[in-house]
Amino acid sequence: MKPSRLLLLGNEAIARGLVEAGCAVATAYPGTPSSEILPAVARFRADEKLGGHVQWAVNEKVAFEIAYAASISGLRAAVSMKQVGLNVASDPLMSAAYMGAKGGFLVISADDPGPHSSQTEQDSRLMAMMAKIPVLDPASPLQAKQMVAAGFRLSEEFSIPVLLRPTTRVCHSRQDIELSVPAPCELNPDYRKDPLRWAATPKFRFKLHGELEDKLARIAGWEATRPVQLNRARGGSLAVVASGVAAAHAAEIFKALGLWENLPLYQVLQPYPLHTDFCRKILESCESVLVLEETTGVIEMQLASRGQVRGKLSGDVPSVGEILPEDIEQIVAGFAGVKVAARRIQQAPGRRPTLCAGCPHRAAFFAIKKAAPKGVYPSDIGCYTLGLNLGAVDTVLCMGAAVSQAAGFHHALKNRAKQPPIVATIGDSTFFHSGIAPLVDSVVQKVPFVLVILDNSTTAMTGNQPTAASGWGVNGESLARVDLAAVVKGCGVGFCRQADPYAIKEFAALLKEALAYCRDHGPAVVISKRPCLLDLRRRGGNWEPKQVVVTEACDGCGFCVTQFECPALVLAEGDKQVVLDTMVCTGCGVCVEVCPKKALEVVG
Amino acid sequence: MKNGTAQQLVISGVGGQGVLFLTRLLAEAAMDKGLAVFTSETHGMAQRGGTVISHLKVGDFTSPMIRPGCADGLLVLKEENLDLHAGYGRAGAWAVVNSRHPVPSRQGDCPLEVATVDAFGLAREVASPRSSNLVVLGRAITICRDMFCGPDDIVRVLERRLAGDEQRLHKAVTAFRAGMKAQQ
Ligand code: SF4
Ligand code: SF4
Repeated sequence: MKPSRLLLLGNEAIARGLVEAGCAVATAYPGTPSSEILPAVARFRADEKLGGHVQWAVNEKVAFEIAYAASISGLRAAVSMKQVGLNVASDPLMSAAYMGAKGGFLVISADDPGPHSSQTEQDSRLMAMMAKIPVLDPASPLQAKQMVAAGFRLSEEFSIPVLLRPTTRVCHSRQDIELSVPAPCELNPDYRKDPLRWAATPKFRFKLHGELEDKLARIAGWEATRPVQLNRARGGSLAVVASGVAAAHAAEIFKALGLWENLPLYQVLQPYPLHTDFCRKILESCESVLVLEETTGVIEMQLASRGQVRGKLSGDVPSVGEILPEDIEQIVAGFAGVKVAARRIQQAPGRRPTLCAGCPHRAAFFAIKKAAPKGVYPSDIGCYTLGLNLGAVDTVLCMGAAVSQAAGFHHALKNRAKQPPIVATIGDSTFFHSGIAPLVDSVVQKVPFVLVILDNSTTAMTGNQPTAASGWGVNGESLARVDLAAVVKGCGVGFCRQADPYAIKEFAALLKEALAYCRDHGPAVVISKRPCLLDLRRRGGNWEPKQVVVTEACDGCGFCVTQFECPALVLAEGDKQVVLDTMVCTGCGVCVEVCPKKALEVVG
Repeated sequence: MKNGTAQQLVISGVGGQGVLFLTRLLAEAAMDKGLAVFTSETHGMAQRGGTVISHLKVGDFTSPMIRPGCADGLLVLKEENLDLHAGYGRAGAWAVVNSRHPVPSRQGDCPLEVATVDAFGLAREVASPRSSNLVVLGRAITICRDMFCGPDDIVRVLERRLAGDEQRLHKAVTAFRAGMKAQQ
């Protein structure tokens, strides 16, 4: 007998909600803070012995389109991703909004105010507004789970895709949650041809747009997602409106400040479209309304009476960064005219994040700097972004940009008297995600650059999900493998070689060969092949550590620390020699080749 | 102090010390007693930076995060973190710090009662160097009389979580008990 109450991570609560609501198809591309959703769907489904389809897709756009086809076929479907992933999936999103949904269709886009692990703090609710679809904004794991069910109902009742927008604090908090028995999962599709709708021409799109506006007007009056008043305070001239985790913080702060009984606090469940009568009533009855939300003033914008509304647009709430409970305490106290001491925790200085000890990327970056010391180094999104610290990463824009930016830098810099060599780096998962199209483009344009594909056989940054080359899926099931080198060659690249970055000298020599080739023939690709050590050891793979010692020859020059930066090598202030931290060292032995004094040796 | 059923604890350490494990242990102990629980954790890129903090709230709360000046107690697995995170404590809160030397209690507008335990030393003594987190917990559960759960509750959760791995369970319980017996 399984316990009926479990301590669930926000993402697991969302997954549980999907399984309980009979979601037949779930897809995703990993990205913090959303990554734990899909594996949990797979787990719960296996526990409950349910059918359906769960998969990691090669990118968010692909994930979206697979799930959307299931919705068109009448099945409940969901796709999850992080907020910047929604940019990649925005093309199908905009169009799907017009065409609508048949089986309930949930798009889960996890935002990262802070940002803790992202390139931007963008607000997915704005994307919902642009697409003209409703968005739900949960305040807790439990509410996120409930909103999955409500979202499916909303989607089916109005035949429209629905966005669920949790934030990091919801995704990565845990709460004790009651489990229910999953609803029967409808796996029987109801696919009917209707090309006028599913393949609509511009003329019909105009009609669909009109229908969409009509749906939105009705959704702005839907009972189940209406704003709720969290306390019983009777209306005076002031009110506070909050959504997401800000509402959860505000409720506690109201009690602490003694405002619970006399200042109305509303939680908006559906920030867009904001319920019409709620907007009207609150603006009619209050002189001043404070809005607390992350990260953009989406609710505030819709409460269209600038003089009455305080929030981000009015400058009362910061528009950058996450709003911590201690910030909300100050803002609410100021708004309500009560006094409270300002208390803030200084951010931990901490070490700057660095690649793990024994990480194959570190060896590859070191070799790149050796082979092309004055190079231009576009890079990409993943653990290897941390190659920044090693001086081997110049630019990081978005998924796949390393390849197109390499081409762009060539065209921009080619008229210089001395053209710098260009060496771009991209991870294997990122290459499959968005690197193939720009590689084809650079072949056509014969762009002279070297692309190093850092193939560690996993999506490491987000928790070691499989890639297209892994041969297994989210359920652990066996899948087909795509051969990375074959893809590269298929793109038309004439030089594609593979090597182990741990052998730094040989790897650097191969890079030089590639650089020579690309000058006349266009892009050359070097596949840096070595599994992520963390992943390898977690899976119980074969790993024979070498024992490295620091010998007398070390003069404390610090080269290995500043140029190679393995966290296991420490040169503290005043130390005459480096110290090797045996707890951290993984025994990869690469530093032996790095030290110019030959002071690091493998023993035994 | 409030009655033992509404409690806010901060658990602070560095990556690899088992901050998350300790948080879940306490959260499950609370659930076993039928209490509501919230935790808030550090994941992803932030985790690679070193400092890891988690918030645990037991009882009637709505927010997963603890405001500065509101925590009832702090479990500090790395001494340097005390300065960083002491501000979470309310006046009169307790802190158990992993340290070989005594650490003075804090005075001023936010007094904090500090107890220490040589968690690394004791964990090594019982041949379980990775269980220093449980040593700190053992010490905390002994000095904090109002804790929402007792030693037996913790042991019960350990038994459940580590079921099937007798050796690890034995080490974990031994480390926890070593923390309970420690006097400094
Ligand atoms: S080990 Fe080598 S590189 Fe590192 S400080 Fe010593 S001499 Fe310099
Ligand atoms: S062998 Fe050298 S490079 Fe490898 S982990 Fe140990 S110290 Fe770092």
